This record gives sequence, C-alpha cells and structure tokens, in this order.
Amino acid sequence: MKGERLKSAKAARVRNNILIHILLAVLAFIWVFPVLWVIMTSFRAEKGSYISTFFPHAFTLANYTKLFTDTTILNFPRMFMNTLIIAIFSCIMTTFFQLSASFCLSRMRFKMRKPFMNMAMILGLFPGFMSMVAVYFILKAVGLTEGNLIRFALVLCYSGSAALGFQIAKGFFDTTPFAIDEAATLDGCTKWQIFTKITLPLSKPIIIYTVLTSFIGPWVDFIFAKVICRANADQYTVAIGLWRMLEKEYIDNWYTSFAAGAVLISIPIAILFLNLQKFYVNGTSGAVKG
Amino acid sequence: MTTTTKELQRQARIGTREMIRAKSCLAALRSGGPETKASALVMGLGNMVHKQVPKGLLFLAAEIAYIVFMITNGFHNLAMLVSLGSIEQQEVWNEELQVYLYTKGDQSVLLLLYGVATILLTAVMFWIWRGTLKSAYSAELTDKAGRHVATLGEDLASLLDENLYRLLMTPSMFFIIVLNILPLVFMICMAFTSYSKIDDHLVLFDWVGLKNFATLFDSGSVLGSTFWSVLGWTLIWAFFATFTNYFFGMILAIIINRKDTKAKGFWRFCFVISCAVPMFVSLLIMRTMLQPEGAVNVLLRNLGLIKDSLPFFTNATWARVTVIVINIWVGVPYTLLQLTGVLQNIPNDLYEAADLDGANKVQQFFKITLPYMLYVTTPYLISTFTGNVNNFNVIYLLSGGAPVTNLASTAGSTDLLVTWLYKLTIDKQYYNIGSVVGILTFIILAAGSLLTYRNSKSYKEEGGF
Repeated sequence: MKGERLKSAKAARVRNNILIHILLAVLAFIWVFPVLWVIMTSFRAEKGSYISTFFPHAFTLANYTKLFTDTTILNFPRMFMNTLIIAIFSCIMTTFFQLSASFCLSRMRFKMRKPFMNMAMILGLFPGFMSMVAVYFILKAVGLTEGNLIRFALVLCYSGSAALGFQIAKGFFDTTPFAIDEAATLDGCTKWQIFTKITLPLSKPIIIYTVLTSFIGPWVDFIFAKVICRANADQYTVAIGLWRMLEKEYIDNWYTSFAAGAVLISIPIAILFLNLQKFYVNGTSGAVKG
Repeated sequence: MTTTTKELQRQARIGTREMIRAKSCLAALRSGGPETKASALVMGLGNMVHKQVPKGLLFLAAEIAYIVFMITNGFHNLAMLVSLGSIEQQEVWNEELQVYLYTKGDQSVLLLLYGVATILLTAVMFWIWRGTLKSAYSAELTDKAGRHVATLGEDLASLLDENLYRLLMTPSMFFIIVLNILPLVFMICMAFTSYSKIDDHLVLFDWVGLKNFATLFDSGSVLGSTFWSVLGWTLIWAFFATFTNYFFGMILAIIINRKDTKAKGFWRFCFVISCAVPMFVSLLIMRTMLQPEGAVNVLLRNLGLIKDSLPFFTNATWARVTVIVINIWVGVPYTLLQLTGVLQNIPNDLYEAADLDGANKVQQFFKITLPYMLYVTTPYLISTFTGNVNNFNVIYLLSGGAPVTNLASTAGSTDLLVTWLYKLTIDKQYYNIGSVVGILTFIILAAGSLLTYRNSKSYKEEGGF
C-alpha cells in the first residue's frame, strides 16, 4: 500500500519534470530563435527583408565582405573606427570619474556628500534626453559640433556625467572593511595612496565591470549619437549606421548586411556579457571575502 | 619600533597642517577681524594678510576674472534674459557692394542659454566667495593663535589626503554642471517661453508664463487630450512592463533553479544569450520580423494558420499588446539574472517546514516566495517602474509610437511620454510643449519614487555608516 503511494508520487514527479523540461525547451527556443534568425539572415544569399521562405535558399559570405568593401553609401569600416575611438576614450574617462566619485562617497566624509547623492537621484528621474537638445546647443556654442570634434563631443556626452552612476561601485567599496584604511593611515598613507594602492587593487571585479560597461555604451547607444552627429555622415557610429541600413531607401540592398553587422558587433559584446554575468548577480558582493 | 617612528612622522606632518577651521562664512562676517570682513569685497585679502599670499592672489584673480567677464558679457547676458531679444534679422541694401547684407538679429535660444549659463556661473562664484570668507577666517584664527599657517604647497598636498574629494570630485562636478544641470535648467526655462514652431517662434520668442502648462492641461485642445491619453497609456505600460517581467522572470528563475531541473547552466545560457545581443539590434530585428510581410507573418501563412497578416503594429490594441509582450522577451533575461541571487537568499528551512506541513509548490510560492521577494525587492521594483516610464528604446525602436489613429494629434497609440517628448522636440520642434511634458514626467516620477526611496531599507541603512 505504502509502496504504491510512493511509486505514484514518484511517477507524478517524473511527469512534472518532463513537463517542466518541455516548457523550458519551448521557452528557450522562443528566446534563442531571433538570435538564430539574425545569424541565418547574415549568411543569406537573397537580398531584401521581405522573403517568402523561412530558410534561405543559398548561403554566402558576401554580406560580410560587402560591409567592408562597399563604402560608397554607408562607410562601415569608418563607422567602426569612429566608434572604437569614442569607446576607448569614454571608457577611460568614465572609469576614472565613476571610481573616484564612488571612492570619495564611500570612504570620505564631507559636507556635500549627501547633497551630491540626492542630486544624482533627482537628476536620474528626468527623462534622459530631455536635455539632449540643450546639450547639443551647448556643444555647438563651444564649437564642438563640427568635423572631428564631434567625436570629442560624443566622448563628453557618454562620460561627462559618469560620476552620477556611482551606486554599484560605491556599494562595492562600502564592503571593504574600513579597518584596512585606518591601518594604512596609521602607517602614513595619504588618502590618495589608500585609493590607488589599497582600494583599487582590492576591487578588480568592479573595475572590470566599470571598464566593460562603459566600453560597450557607445556601441549600443544611438539616440545621443544621432542628435549630436546630425548630418555629418563621416562621424557616424556603428549604431547609427545599422539603423540607417533599415531605412526605406537602403533596406532592400542592406538588410542582410545589417544582420552581418549586427552579428559582428554582437560577438564581442556577447563574450563580454557572458563573462560579466556573475557581476550582474553578485555586483554588490564584497571585495574581501569571509 | 618602525611603527612608532612612522606614527611620529605622521603626527608631525598632520600637525603642521592642522589649522583652526572656521565654522561658516556667517561666523566670518560676524566675528572676523577687519581684514577678514574686507575679504568679502576684496577676495583673498584676509589670506594675504595672514601669510597666505599665493592663495590670496588666486582668490583675487578669480574675483577679477569674474568681474571682467560680467562687465564684458555677463550683465548684457542677464539683461537680455529678461526680454530674450527683439531685433529681427533684416536685409539691408549695401550701396558700395551692390548686394543685400543681413544684419545680425537676436537669437532667443542663444540668449536664453547664455543667460542661464551666466546665472549658474554667478552661483558658482557665490560658492567660491563663501569659501574665501571661510578660508580668510581660518587663516586669521590660526595666525592669531600663534600656530603655523598652511602654505600653498601644504594646501596642495592636502588635496591628495584629507581633501582628496575636492581634487577628484571637482572635474566631475564641472562636467555634471555643464552637461546635466545647465541643459536641464535651460530646458525647464523653455517650458515658460513660446519657443515653438507654432506661430513661428523658432528664432525669436518670449516668456509666456504658465500658458504652456494651461494648454497641456486643457483637455479641450488637441495637445491637451493627447497628453491625457499618452499619460494613461504610459502608466498602463509601466505597470504591465514592470510586473510581467518581474513575475515571469521570477517564475523562470525558480523553475531553472529547482532541485530536479537538469542542465541549469545550459538553460540559463539560452536566456542570457539573447541579452548579449545589443538591445537596439534585437529590437530592430523584432520590428522587421513583425512587419506585415516579415518573418513571423510569412511563417504563419506558409503553415496555413492565418490568411491575412496579423496587424502587429497597425492596430492600436495589437500594437500595445505586442510592445508589452516583446518587452517581456527583452527584459526577462535581465530580471532572471538579477532575481536569481535574491531567490537563493530565501532561507531554505522555510520551505522545509512548509513541505512538512504539506503545502504544495503553488502555496509555497504565494505564502513564502512572493511575500519575501516583494519585501526585499521593493526598491528594485520602483527603479524598474521609473525606468519603464522613461523607456525610450523599446517603444521608439519597436513601434515608433505607431499606429497613429488620430491624425490631428502628434502622438501614436503606443507613444509614451518620453517618445512623445522626443517627437515634439526633434520632429515637430514644439520645444516649449516638449519641455512641459518632460517636467510633468519628472514630477510624476519624483512624487512617487522619492518618498519610497527614502523610506527604503537600503537608503536608511546606508545612513547608519
């Protein structure tokens, strides 16, 4: 009697498990499908976005070569270089601003500390690009919206207010024991030495996190780039380029190349992201364990 | 032994630098000596009298620079801020060159920008002025007590130590003021002007007070009725976008992390890989896939499931449901990553006790998991809600606000306040109305979240440091 009940309970569990795994498989398919679709489209030989069949008839690499050779209308290699330069500089600036602000807010006590944190919160509630038009006017008034200076303007846009995004790094610094700082002060360290010689070496995960997220930013933003670049096609970043490929006049010729470009910029970001996952989960866990 | 020497050295170092600090600039004005009081007019005088000549000269230089700026530009900027300019650009026939020349007219936008910038500069200057008073008073107190007054070199050295925050935060603050605060104040000012394509006020415009707010709140006008419908949809969207993601992500995380689920890493990878593709790329792809002739419709038609293409972005209700569903696709992987850790923190003995009491999984979810999660993740939910009210990307890239059902209005059925704001400013050039929308969005968000944030556990605990 008892054995039978256990058996039926076990059967129910097996049935549940099978159902759940099927459900997961279906969901996983839904989530992976668009990704597969892009990869497939990037190798598709037929042009255009409107297709009558689901699977491509023939595969080709031409979409990729077109991206790098056909530079008359949409100069992809140039956009790539623009974005790379912007990404490198804004990454350096953002990392410095964000980490130093986080350090000050976490390790030092000064009168403007709370006001600064409240200000960051209030500024964060305004719609981000409400001020974008104004930023454009300001950059124009200083003469940063012409020629190559646009890149500099974009770097400023991406990293200028990086200090407002101090929360994650500050949360991380907060978990480093203050006793370490006190010991260092007794040994004659200045605050600057504590920052560079103690806090930073203990905070590798959060440095990597900051560097990578700020590096990815310019690759995936296109609203700011569009407003700042306006009609200066030679300053376009990859994101605007990809966006333009889907405009009505280009979509027929460029749709498959759009997919190719999307795959190209997704690969590095995907690799970074998969490695970053764990910071997403334990982004706020501490530097010094147990 | 070495420690004691070091400690002695440190005390010697700090001792030389320790000055008597003035409490406030008011104290300086009230009880400072004549030279300190005079520093209110001649900045840096107090410092120069009390052995801080270079520092005093720096303050004086700042004051002179400010005065020169105000005389050459500043007062003019402030004066023009009142009227915002009135001279129109005119054609004048030039007899000598035999051509029409254009006279330089006023450009109200620039006048407004320069005016606001001058006011901000004055505010910064006021802050420096307070600093000089305090500095002069501290120098006076220290000198009178017969103690060592810090030299410029020592002051600079302190920037790397106890004043490190000044060194590190000043450049940041500079950029925040120039790239965040100044534009924001500038845009807020626009809400009170007639800067708009309506009635052709793009070059010259005036202050109009609260007129734009009145227009937007007047539900009889086109803009007014659009505002209320957009606001309604924004709140519906933010609610559904937040909670569908939250619950779906939570259930998914629970299913993946169950004891009996095999290949946990693989399933997680499947979901996470989709957010490794940049969001704007996946949204653009979704958009092309859901077009009347896009992949989804083609697939369904070829399978014989439907005859006509589904109106994903052409029917208002379909479009609204579509954006919410696609937002689930976009957002759930992030939610999954963020909630997994929190879920694993729920004490396991709660579940064991529930098992013993014969509670099934569904009961456990509603009686244990959900209350715990809601309690712990309230701040997260608030920030997600705020983020969704301001969620520009999903709507703009996916539907672009389409479909437009009412041709007279400037917003489509799926437009949020932010995308409508974008359309109003960038496409329509109704800058004044756009900034009113921005201000109202802010007020709605601030009213709700500021209170909740300040009451949240993490904010309060941080204060305990």
